[in-house]
Amino acid sequence: MSARQAPALPTRNRKSTMAQQPETRISATTPRLDVAHLAKTYGSGEKSHTVIEDLTFTVDAGEVVCIVGPSGVGKTTLLKCLAGLHPASSGRAAIDGRTISGPPPEMALVFQDYNRSLMPWLTVRKNLVLPLRHLKLPAAELKERCDSALAAVALSHADNQYPWQLSGGMQQRVAIARALAYRPEILIMDEPFASVDAQTRFDLEDLCLKIRKDFNMTILVVTHDIDEAVYLADRVVVLGSRPARVLKVVDVDLPVPRDQITTRSLPEFARQRTEVLSLIKRPA
Amino acid sequence: MRNVAVRNWVIGAGTPVLLLAAWWFLSANSADPFFPPLETILIRFQELWLFDHFQSDVLLSLGNLFLGFAIAAVAGVVLGFVTALVPPARWMIDPLIHFLRGIPPVALVPIFISLIGFGTQMRVTSIALAALFPTMIATVDGIRSVSNDLMDVARVYRLSRKERVLNVLLPAAMPQIFSGLQVSLQVAFIVMIASEMLGSSQGIGAMTLLAQQSFMTADMWAGILLLGVIGFLVNILFSLLKRKVLSWYIGSRRMARAA
Repeated sequence: MSARQAPALPTRNRKSTMAQQPETRISATTPRLDVAHLAKTYGSGEKSHTVIEDLTFTVDAGEVVCIVGPSGVGKTTLLKCLAGLHPASSGRAAIDGRTISGPPPEMALVFQDYNRSLMPWLTVRKNLVLPLRHLKLPAAELKERCDSALAAVALSHADNQYPWQLSGGMQQRVAIARALAYRPEILIMDEPFASVDAQTRFDLEDLCLKIRKDFNMTILVVTHDIDEAVYLADRVVVLGSRPARVLKVVDVDLPVPRDQITTRSLPEFARQRTEVLSLIKRPA
Repeated sequence: MRNVAVRNWVIGAGTPVLLLAAWWFLSANSADPFFPPLETILIRFQELWLFDHFQSDVLLSLGNLFLGFAIAAVAGVVLGFVTALVPPARWMIDPLIHFLRGIPPVALVPIFISLIGFGTQMRVTSIALAALFPTMIATVDGIRSVSNDLMDVARVYRLSRKERVLNVLLPAAMPQIFSGLQVSLQVAFIVMIASEMLGSSQGIGAMTLLAQQSFMTADMWAGILLLGVIGFLVNILFSLLKRKVLSWYIGSRRMARAA
């Protein structure tokens, strides 16, 4: 069950790391999150199944980057590699230049299925406390972290309830609060708003942008919803399928702060979502 | 809603009362040596168990039952965890379990008698060993069915191994562990009686068998009645414990059904 070590750069990829992928935005510093020629193959020999062939993209500090692609493209596999849950088959993912070989301490993950990611035997507050226990924080700080995380998702009143007593949107907010209390520098979300209703979805998207502003986090969101990706992101990484590869990294030049009504009605919004959509729709 | 609950309760409590009443009146003038009047049985019940043999036999049996069950519960959960989490242990123990679970627990009692003798030790050992397997198997199943998502959460948030076992796997597997414990309790009860019937002169089982062999039918029925009452009470105690420990599970299930 312990994290297996990801192999460092295998020799067959050494050469290719020299050739730089064209980047849409050049950052002066090392990117926060650097994914270079990442590949993931399950099994071996004839039964092997390549989910990700060659993925390269970066996420800078304080950015919101969305990854979109058709369903079944391997987005979840990518996140599991980034979270250090699965070792990459080749290539690498690095945080501040350090290769990810197990769950990185500065990262938190919000899973798609809140139903199966919260502990049903713990109250909301205890769910938040569980990941913090091993940090051995002073009691006052522990309380402060939980209080402020719950306040950020507007769930201060629910801290003694069990997750299953809450609505789907509230449960996902608990999962987000758990990530916030952990105080990560990088927050990764796997289709976080896929199983909530439309209104809740808008609220959670705005919550996500508020978190970026208030906590100065670097956020990576995987989604299959193109509108959502364009609305949230500074950049959208468009994935093509089978096996997954980067089709294009689209810069989103929409004004901030974004607003569900005005931003979505901008002609620029329509233009960018059309660009992303046509990339995905186009036969590869 | 309330009326239905009251009606169900009346049916649930009323049926046994009616059956007892039927037994009482139908057997009232019975001269059949095998079916004495219920009144005679109850008189013997009071004379025998309250309180003549209470300490020497009833408490002895109950003590063995609880000690054996407690050992089985703790060992079953611990062995279940080892089996589920340590691959070599799993390869070693898995086939063994499937062989041993096929043997009726009562069939093991004669072996223990010849190995350990007739004492309390033998009885507790038989109870513990027989009751171990249901809990152990349920624990293994419970751990294996913990969702991968939950374990991914535990790993992403860098929970220690100890935390993963005690704070994630154990509570997540608890509903299944409790199903196993329930079966273990029943097995422990059966083996308690069987071990006394086969190899002892003390205990409720021994008393009941002795009565049967001496044609003291009323005493035999009194023993059976006592076993029934004890089984009933033990199950109620267990249900109370389960309701307390698994309140989150019962609540979430009710919520899921309502949705």
